Amino acid sequence: MKKQIIVGLGSCGIAAGASKVYNKISQIIELGNLDVELKQTSCIGMCYKEPLVEIIDDSGRYLYGDITEDKVNYLIDKHIEHEEPIKDLIVDSDLFEGSEHEYFEGQVKIALRNCGFMDPESIEEAMQRKAYQAIEKIATDNISRDEVIQYVLDSGIRGRGGGGFSTGMKWRFAKNNESDIKYIICNADEGDPGAFMDRSLLEGDPHAVIEGMIIGAYAIKAISGFIYCRAEYPLAIKRLNIALQQARDNGFLGNNILGIEGFNLDIFVKEGAGAFVCGEETALIASVEGDRGMPRKRPPFPAEQGLWKKPTNINNVETFANIPYIILNGPNSYNKYGTEKSKGTKVFALTGKIKHGGLVEVPMGISIREVIFGLGGGIQDDKKFKAVQLGGPSGGCIPEHLIDIPIDYDSVNSTGAIMGSGGMVVMDETTCMVDMAKFFLDFTQEESCGKCTFCRLGTKRMLEILTRITEGNGREGDIELLEELAVQIKDGSLCGLGQSAPNPVLTTLKYFRNEYEAHIYDKKCPAKHCKLLLTYEIIPEACTGCTVCAVKCPTNTIIGERKQVHFIEQDGCIHCGECFDKCNFDAIKVY
Amino acid sequence: MRIQRLGIKEGNVLQAKTEKSKDSSIDLTKIDELLQKYKDKAGNLIPVLQGVQNIYGYIPREAFLKINHELGLELASMYGVATFYSQFRLNPVGKYIIKVCHGTACHVQNASKITNTLMELLNVNDGETTDDKLFTLESVACLGCCSLAPVMMIGNDTYGKLNGKSAKKVINDIKLAEKNKSTDN
Repeated sequence: MKKQIIVGLGSCGIAAGASKVYNKISQIIELGNLDVELKQTSCIGMCYKEPLVEIIDDSGRYLYGDITEDKVNYLIDKHIEHEEPIKDLIVDSDLFEGSEHEYFEGQVKIALRNCGFMDPESIEEAMQRKAYQAIEKIATDNISRDEVIQYVLDSGIRGRGGGGFSTGMKWRFAKNNESDIKYIICNADEGDPGAFMDRSLLEGDPHAVIEGMIIGAYAIKAISGFIYCRAEYPLAIKRLNIALQQARDNGFLGNNILGIEGFNLDIFVKEGAGAFVCGEETALIASVEGDRGMPRKRPPFPAEQGLWKKPTNINNVETFANIPYIILNGPNSYNKYGTEKSKGTKVFALTGKIKHGGLVEVPMGISIREVIFGLGGGIQDDKKFKAVQLGGPSGGCIPEHLIDIPIDYDSVNSTGAIMGSGGMVVMDETTCMVDMAKFFLDFTQEESCGKCTFCRLGTKRMLEILTRITEGNGREGDIELLEELAVQIKDGSLCGLGQSAPNPVLTTLKYFRNEYEAHIYDKKCPAKHCKLLLTYEIIPEACTGCTVCAVKCPTNTIIGERKQVHFIEQDGCIHCGECFDKCNFDAIKVY
Repeated sequence: MRIQRLGIKEGNVLQAKTEKSKDSSIDLTKIDELLQKYKDKAGNLIPVLQGVQNIYGYIPREAFLKINHELGLELASMYGVATFYSQFRLNPVGKYIIKVCHGTACHVQNASKITNTLMELLNVNDGETTDDKLFTLESVACLGCCSLAPVMMIGNDTYGKLNGKSAKKVINDIKLAEKNKSTDN
């Protein structure tokens, strides 16, 4: 069998230097006239070990991690030319336990079943991995629209974009609304900072999403589909367009698809233009119609009156990606995982202060602790875990004493957070929770469309209060005012952005009220993050008098002679932290 | 945090009408094919604006007037849409647009430091272009490369696991490459 070298070329692989690795391997193969096939794949989810290179030969499969450009010669020389796998660099293999086997063992890959295992630009490889077999089964076995919807209902799958609404029920509503023209839309506007599950799916297995949409369109009788993808994902958009053309060329899109009389469908990509609020379904519809992305009143729901006032069904990327699997393998193949009300698996993006950052797909019901300390490997630099943010700017933080809760919609909601789209940002002892609340509010305030007074002005005022607090100007009554505004903003907002904008503030107040109080009453930041609340002092015993700090100080407030102990005049100090950053002798104390 | 939006002053198309056009060298024929493609398509405004920006790097005032003339779209609603979405720029940009990610994961990994370092290096504020028109510095929301935080994108190239030093190196390398190009010419 011809040896294969497969380089991971998802966006994060490329960011880690994988393109250079690919090019170098290509050069070596050409120069050495080696009998090796070089291929590309996309993100396998193990982002913390990128660039990843897989070698498949007669003896088996070997996944190498951290293969930067400088290691390529060594890798090719040893494994390809001398046929000696380099055990130290292998993270996973089917022959023995690679260094990171635990990362994969805890996962159940349904949505991500093909990502990292095939060339996403090849429909032939996708079809070898069962792409389009589900819609073919529907055509061959004459499965009716109602039966398809029943499969989806029985699987128990709920919207993976964060709404958590029953997908089967949504499809049923859209099907039952009579109209000659209906639309199906995939929400690929993944705007949550810290979330990249959908990006990886679109880059890695676009056919799974397209097939899911085709099945959905069949079920509800849609004639036209759109994938609304944010413009910040150029690789995803490119791969989607390639995949859509391939689907058309192979008869999966067009007229009388697979011989199903009257089933006509085509799907197009619509690029977003940089507005987080367009992830909200009515704002998304407004954007597709060419307007400002401002949400609309519901009812009527999109299933009744959506795009161009026609019945429209909108689902998230991950939701669609699960559908072909459910149809092909039956609802039980999905609902055997998870808890009573939250079936199946969920993809999470593990980021922040975590050792093993990347994408994991786990069964619902697994505890947060298992994800962070098991699969995730624990906290970077072995610092102390503080909280994990679930659900992005609409979600909330979950503190240490709650991390044994199972991850399912209801349990997470009971903490005050939400499941969201799957972003899981881990924070440690150096993260200031007041600053995090301010960060999220800054984001939602900026992204607010402005339609609703309470969202537009309320978030602005909350942000002003939080900014004052982090700058040492917090006042008696600030916390109570934040709580009052939060309730009003939730009540007075038309869409999910405003309704959930106060969540980060409410959860940080609930679990870290002491930090707010320290900022307001003691003018101190316990995490030593808010610069204006920190005091910088030189440690006389450690200072060598190198004068670097004095030179860098923007207000010339550090005095001292060369080779003499220096001194910071507190009156002039603007707490910029430059001296601390530049000191090579750990001679600056911060408290 | 700063997700860059257009300044109302610079982006005010109506105000610009009274000023002498600085961009009288704009070749508007470049967008003829684009406008023809989208002429009678519903919901065409955003793809049209995206197409115009792909050609010029931003949306010149003259382009708005031409779209109004050819496609009948109202100036006021076009302005409303162009200022709503953060992707659209109404001012010329540098050759290299540096997008520093300020998503949650990057924020937690000190993205502010990267922006501050580059502001100092290039002597511009967030959202501004250098005098030599080589670089525009922007803070953007999540680029989706969170495991490699902090991250920045220049064109289609992504740079991850940055610190102040490595971010400066990327910029200085580009500057050097540009200098060598111009001395070669």
